[in-house]
Amino acid sequence: MKHILILPLLLLAFGSLAQPLGLPPVSIPEDNPLTPEKIALGKKLFNDTRFSSDGTVSCSTCHDATKAFTDSPLQVSKGINGLTGTRNAPTVVNAAYNKTQFWDGRSPSLEDQAQHPFLNPVEMGLPSHQPILDIIAADGNYQEAFKSAFGTSGQDITMDQVLKAIASFERTQVAGDSRFDRFYFGGDSDALSDAEQRGLTVFLGQGRCISCHVIEQDQAVFTDHKFHNIGVGVNELGDKIIPLAQAFMEAKAKGIDVDVAVLSDVDTSHLGRFAVTEELSDLGAFKTSTLRNIAVTAPYMHNGSLKDLREVVVHYNNGGALDENTVITPYLSGGIRPLNLSDEQIDDLVAFLETLTSPGFRAPATETAQAAIAGN
Amino acid sequence: MSNSRRDFLKAGSAALVAGMLPVSLVKLAFAESAENFTFAYISDSHIQQIKGSKFVRNWDQGLRRAVAEANLLTPKPDFVVFGGDLAQLGSKPELDHGAEMLSALKYKTYMVMGEHDYYLDLGEYWSKLYGDHFYSFDHKGVHFVVLNSIITYDDWTYNRWESPERRMNEMAGLDNPNGSPFMVGKAQLDWLRKDLADVNSKTPVVVFSHSPIQKIYRGWNFWTEDAEDVQKLLKRFRKVNVIYGHVHQIQYNQIGNIAFNSVMSTAWPWPYPQSYALAESHLPILTVPMNRADPFDERDATGWQFMNMHTGRVDLSYNLYGNDNRTVAWNDKQKRPEDRAFQDEDARVAPQTHY
Repeated sequence: MKHILILPLLLLAFGSLAQPLGLPPVSIPEDNPLTPEKIALGKKLFNDTRFSSDGTVSCSTCHDATKAFTDSPLQVSKGINGLTGTRNAPTVVNAAYNKTQFWDGRSPSLEDQAQHPFLNPVEMGLPSHQPILDIIAADGNYQEAFKSAFGTSGQDITMDQVLKAIASFERTQVAGDSRFDRFYFGGDSDALSDAEQRGLTVFLGQGRCISCHVIEQDQAVFTDHKFHNIGVGVNELGDKIIPLAQAFMEAKAKGIDVDVAVLSDVDTSHLGRFAVTEELSDLGAFKTSTLRNIAVTAPYMHNGSLKDLREVVVHYNNGGALDENTVITPYLSGGIRPLNLSDEQIDDLVAFLETLTSPGFRAPATETAQAAIAGN
Repeated sequence: MSNSRRDFLKAGSAALVAGMLPVSLVKLAFAESAENFTFAYISDSHIQQIKGSKFVRNWDQGLRRAVAEANLLTPKPDFVVFGGDLAQLGSKPELDHGAEMLSALKYKTYMVMGEHDYYLDLGEYWSKLYGDHFYSFDHKGVHFVVLNSIITYDDWTYNRWESPERRMNEMAGLDNPNGSPFMVGKAQLDWLRKDLADVNSKTPVVVFSHSPIQKIYRGWNFWTEDAEDVQKLLKRFRKVNVIYGHVHQIQYNQIGNIAFNSVMSTAWPWPYPQSYALAESHLPILTVPMNRADPFDERDATGWQFMNMHTGRVDLSYNLYGNDNRTVAWNDKQKRPEDRAFQDEDARVAPQTHY
């Protein structure tokens, strides 16, 4: 798929899409240009619960706009009939910048990603995409919306158009303008408190966060778009990983659906990127997620096993485990090692992470996140 | 993963779970010759004691990871070779700690002596753990020879140093005027002559040594003083491979009938940036020595390898973590080992010229 970089002026034409401080331009696929009609249609599709087998689950169930497009504070997402998956819902906000989608990067684009949850038995549980097209064909509002977005109607409406509309809507969900952005890119030296500035120093230095959660000279998406084994999930597998990896390889060779396998079995989920690439280096590795709005999207990591940002920092400080007595996986990525941060440095780093929240986002429950926003 | 492997997996036999190996290894399962099999090679772990039960975490991690990954190989390798320098300063605690980590391997393991294992007690404790310093064995029609290539002149070894610790430290240094070149030595050459006497010249011979049985750079002992004597004994065999550690980098070479391949270290890569000092350099002086290209990733520029033995030749697949994995395989037309991806000049990656 070819991409063009959308020009800031074009973004301005849509009003709400003005390029926020601290973010690069969004890359738009050449075969799916952004239009206001498509974005509006995508939003409608994104929120429609009829596209699930029991009529209760939409994209927005787990990517709730009032929860920074996550289902915080759930540890793992809930689909049809109360079924739970194995992974913590990543935010849609700034997903436009991801080079791959899903925690294990098994999908190359927003368009591709959107097709999977409809069919996954623990998410929306449809037997095929046909019911979606049937509902659209029988719905006058959708007929009008597809006509203006794609010039098609009735039986001519395709899943490809559905996915393009959803992706277009998601692509507009970008958010920068955090206090960090005002401090770092906007030149406002008062935007961060002393503790937060000390936290930034830890982030850039002894904490080594910057190595994966990248900050560029003029923008920051806070990810290297790579996959790392940081000890989450895989520590608990221990020696089980040998038969598990072999059984998975065998099943994959026989043609099992990876999307279904990783969301329906907790141990298989912990194989991470390996399930996609079958490379030894990817065993137990997951995508570096953005840190933007991280304070309002607890809990953390692919399985939601760390309940707050302090636990996350302690996990890294111990070199890949929340509890320092844990036996850490031998497959650990080479970047993860004990950091020897003091309690004060840990507090400062957490304070810094809480400055990455964009205007308009707030945590559903936690007091610390609320306080951060109040201080905003 | 390449499409070809994916296609192969789909089309392949369900009984063969081949996903963790490169295509070349997978094909072995279908090969008929008894000389076709795989083995894994882990080397240069340099397990280093800090104090008491505290060891350098980075080096521990390198060995633990290689062992854990080797245990995942499918189909299973016939055996594993450890290529020497298990310890950093040859002490009992270091050798014991390394042996404990190696014992997690689920395969038969052959050991090679490195200078860091040797010069404290001249291999005495190593022998208690692993037996002979040099030996040979036969496996599926291939004759394997394990040499102790890191001994040196008796005078240096026995008469020069006031303590075993001093001796160990002197041999561990690079560009050290007090150092001494590695060699196989007369006694071992005599043994090798006898060992090879009954081996048919059509039998593939594979030699494992710690130092290269060829002369590359004397200052770092990328060198074996009597390399030519060993090469002479190997000359009558049609297919000979020498596989060595010590250099912590990928090297390959062909001298006459002998193919040479090096293996990676699980601990750190050579050369250190200090090697720029060998030529006049205007690089900034490093106040903190950087021990790898990517200082964030402890495993950068380290790795281990699986080896594909086929029709008497060894192909090496390097597992290099975050870097592109490489394969150095025998090219039967050119009669030499070649890098599968980077041999052509056009395919090479140019060095970075700005920072």
